[in-house]
Amino acid sequence: MTTPLVLGVLAGAVLSGTSLLYATLGETIVERSGIVNLGLEGILLIGASVGFSVAAASGSAWLGLAAAAAAGGLGNLLFGWLVVTRKANQLASGLAMMFFGFGVSALVGAPYVGAVIVGLPKWRPSWLDGLPWVRSTTLFNYDLLTWLAVPVAILVWWALFRTRWGLGVRAVGESPAAAFAAGRNPAVLQYQALSSGGVLGGLAGAHLSLSLTLTWAEYMTAGRGFIAIALVIFSKWHPLRAIAGALLFGGAEALQLQLQARGSDISPFLLEMAPYLLTILVLLAWGGSRRLAAPASLGRTFYGSD
Amino acid sequence: MPEARMAAALRTSQAVRISLRYALVCAVALAMFAAILLAAGKDPLKAYADTFTYTLANAYGFSELLVRMTPLLLAAVAVALPSRLGLINVGGEGQLYLGAWMASAGALMFPGLPAWILLPLVVVMGFLGGAIWGAIPGVLRAAKLVNETIATLLLNYIAPLIVSFFIFGPWRAVDSSAYPQSSAFPEAARLPSFFNTRIHAGILISLAVLLAYWLIMEKTRWGVEMRAIGGNPEAAQRLGIPVAVWIVIALAIGGGLAGLAGMGEVMGIHGRLRQGLSPGYGFTGFLISWLAGGRPLGILFMAFLFAIITSAGDTLQITQGLPYSVVNILLAMILFIVLARRPARGTAK
Repeated sequence: MTTPLVLGVLAGAVLSGTSLLYATLGETIVERSGIVNLGLEGILLIGASVGFSVAAASGSAWLGLAAAAAAGGLGNLLFGWLVVTRKANQLASGLAMMFFGFGVSALVGAPYVGAVIVGLPKWRPSWLDGLPWVRSTTLFNYDLLTWLAVPVAILVWWALFRTRWGLGVRAVGESPAAAFAAGRNPAVLQYQALSSGGVLGGLAGAHLSLSLTLTWAEYMTAGRGFIAIALVIFSKWHPLRAIAGALLFGGAEALQLQLQARGSDISPFLLEMAPYLLTILVLLAWGGSRRLAAPASLGRTFYGSD
Repeated sequence: MPEARMAAALRTSQAVRISLRYALVCAVALAMFAAILLAAGKDPLKAYADTFTYTLANAYGFSELLVRMTPLLLAAVAVALPSRLGLINVGGEGQLYLGAWMASAGALMFPGLPAWILLPLVVVMGFLGGAIWGAIPGVLRAAKLVNETIATLLLNYIAPLIVSFFIFGPWRAVDSSAYPQSSAFPEAARLPSFFNTRIHAGILISLAVLLAYWLIMEKTRWGVEMRAIGGNPEAAQRLGIPVAVWIVIALAIGGGLAGLAGMGEVMGIHGRLRQGLSPGYGFTGFLISWLAGGRPLGILFMAFLFAIITSAGDTLQITQGLPYSVVNILLAMILFIVLARRPARGTAK
């Protein structure tokens, strides 16, 4: 029994980790530009509900995915209007976005509670079917978002660390005044970071409802947005390290689901605590060293040169 | 003393101005929320009218507002007290659940005790439950290991699971196979209720806590020390104020107050431990405290206002067939407007 458990956890880790990775990557871009978005949980909920509703109404999961990405981007633009244009407090604005996401997702999803949808198609490359220990599991039987998760992480890394745009975003996160003096427009770069981060957050939410659960339920993201914010710290604001973090937390969730499915004696409620406890433990272990890695102007409002 | 009278008059006119400003904010938020409801094919005017008739237009509705204010006041002070030190407690929801759990443990473990012992015991245990849940992020923050915002948020997700574990497991009542809950608490553990309504002694606790909060912040050395830390922690440390100790105490007491709110819900209203004790009271408490700037009178006013607003959630559920959580949009609208009008000063940690 041990081998299938390991394989089951592995397969589940990748599936559960997918949405975490997209969410973490999105928040990484946003935080690299010097903005903390505590409203990520709300963006995930909006992505999950909009994605599911559009998929249920149109019959196309792809349309749902596109709508979720757009909704996530728009949500973060609203947040950006508050914290960049109106220079509002970032933490309070993030919590406002969280409430907004709670409410909007409940409203959008309400007509589609219990609706049946065809989720994102999953496939496994045929050459992997040849492996005997793969065929009987769900390992490598993934949807497009999961297959693209690691390439997207590499893309985000490339955009942040190998392009002029990424240099600008990181410069704004370190010192908006210096970036401004160097001829970059901090507000524009922050809006760009926020909208791309929001698109990734919307996709993360959509993956939950369109691939993992195939249902909509209120509050179904269950704190994944906050776990992703912790993962950004865990990965020290680096997109490639975020892959490891997402796999670790996806693994914790998958292990819990596997144990439940196998009729473990441990109460499911205790098992469900694991990801949150793990998050706090990880933050604890990383607590001392994280200040060095954080963007220097993270959370600060830039008032411009006036 | 003409100066005192002038100062009082100035304060009154300021209070009037502030009230007017909030009335305007609410009006704009209500209009925006109405537009969203209209877009969703609902009837906002009927929803608002229903909310008004259910809450303010009759005695029972009004009594339900006081029932709702009871946990909201405590949840708001739970946020306001740590906020004076610059701490952000977004864990009221979890602290409320743990307080309810500990209070229930007291009532279920000592069913034979007379009321004059059992009642104080469950109150203290409710406070302790929340205090433990607040002290954990307090210690982590004081040791500069984990930011209290993210820690309190994460603990929100663990506390309801503890409650679920007990009511599905060890505490599950034999007579409740369909709907998991604990067995009924002994009468001696129940908070007395008044006037044949659901108003219970918890409202007295809430008002006493609010008064104590005002007294401590305005009239004692403790309040001065806490505000000093909020103003400039490094300077406070140099002045010999034990900043780390204060951080733990403030978050523990804040958590304890949210725990009292949970205690009030189970001992005053449900009489059993159940899931879904709170429709987001902890989060709403954060909004109340934040909008009131942590000021006691503002908290009282805002708690009343938010009792009405969250009642709109029930109305939406009953008459418009919408989930209760849709009312969160209205809460968010109010926050958006206030945030957009009042730019942050300085830095947010």
